[in-house]
Amino acid sequence: MKPNLPQQMSGNAPQDKPVRKTLRQWLFDYRLALIVAVADLLIWIFWPAQAAPVIRNTWDYLVEMVVILIPVAVLMGLFEVWVPKQLIGKYLGHESGWKGILLALLFGSAPTGPLYVAFPIAAMLLKKGASPLNVIILLNAWAAIKIPQLLIEANFLGPSFMLVRLALTVPSAILMGWLIQKGIEHTGGLDIDPAGSESIS
Amino acid sequence: MSSIITWSTYIVVFGALGVLALRDRAKARQAVKVAVKSFFGMLPIMLAFIGLIGLLLGLVSPEIIVRYLGQEAGWWATITAFVLGVVLYIASLVSIPLAASLLRAGASMTTVAAFITGLMMVNTLTLPLEIKHLGKKMALSRNFLNLLFAFAIAIVIGMVL
Repeated sequence: MKPNLPQQMSGNAPQDKPVRKTLRQWLFDYRLALIVAVADLLIWIFWPAQAAPVIRNTWDYLVEMVVILIPVAVLMGLFEVWVPKQLIGKYLGHESGWKGILLALLFGSAPTGPLYVAFPIAAMLLKKGASPLNVIILLNAWAAIKIPQLLIEANFLGPSFMLVRLALTVPSAILMGWLIQKGIEHTGGLDIDPAGSESIS
Repeated sequence: MSSIITWSTYIVVFGALGVLALRDRAKARQAVKVAVKSFFGMLPIMLAFIGLIGLLLGLVSPEIIVRYLGQEAGWWATITAFVLGVVLYIASLVSIPLAASLLRAGASMTTVAAFITGLMMVNTLTLPLEIKHLGKKMALSRNFLNLLFAFAIAIVIGMVL
């Protein structure tokens, strides 16, 4: 099912866009996906015994991704039109201090989807005035200190493993945010266009 | 548990969209427009990423990892586990039980911790995605720092436990 999926998707995408993308542009956008699809196809042809787990894994993750990406996209739309810039600036901006850090930690560790969902949300927050410090903390927390994950960890590896790891990870996450923020300030700001990050295409 | 979370996310998000639609038609339409645009903006690289995960996990099964790391010993095992953690992408629902079975198979605490911290903190497979959304500067420095911290944390866990 993998090889023809990009085409399927590209068929109904450009509805809201004034200019239709050419086939060439579509091929360019989906080049990485196509390479993977070709690799899948080669495995299926030359190594059929390995193909079954590959296809099963791909399908499982694909379903998960589409299921999670739909509400994330809607959330970003709502964010764009509904949440005023001052609000994000106030709670997660440069002046937000320890409260901002705490909020970023809590938001990141709340039971939310896989990490790849966090990137567009983080970009949106940056665009709305959140500081790099808080965005990095959010991402680090999202990746390594999710609450449901901590419960599983305590269950399988023991409460002491979970607590020691947590006690080391929280200050590291904050320290990294601080270092990166300093680095960004000293090298002339972010290398993305904050105004254009909503048109991520 | 995850399906309950997913459903509540759908209810909350689409509920909010519904409320917005009742209060302000034009704004809701704008929100849907941004949603569609960002969905199809994210799709190409997401598909590539998902395909790559499927490929990797299909070829490197959990059993192979446990068999291999259970036999290895000493620093070599720790470094191999860390590198595997860094390059692979495994959801924590799968990776934590996997780490527990590594421990049972005879791997040291440092090795198990290195596998876990590498997996969670360094996100190599999602790096292209992260660069696309947040820029090279932020994405690369975040992952590089996490690489250092992940290894250090694993060493400390191994010393403490």
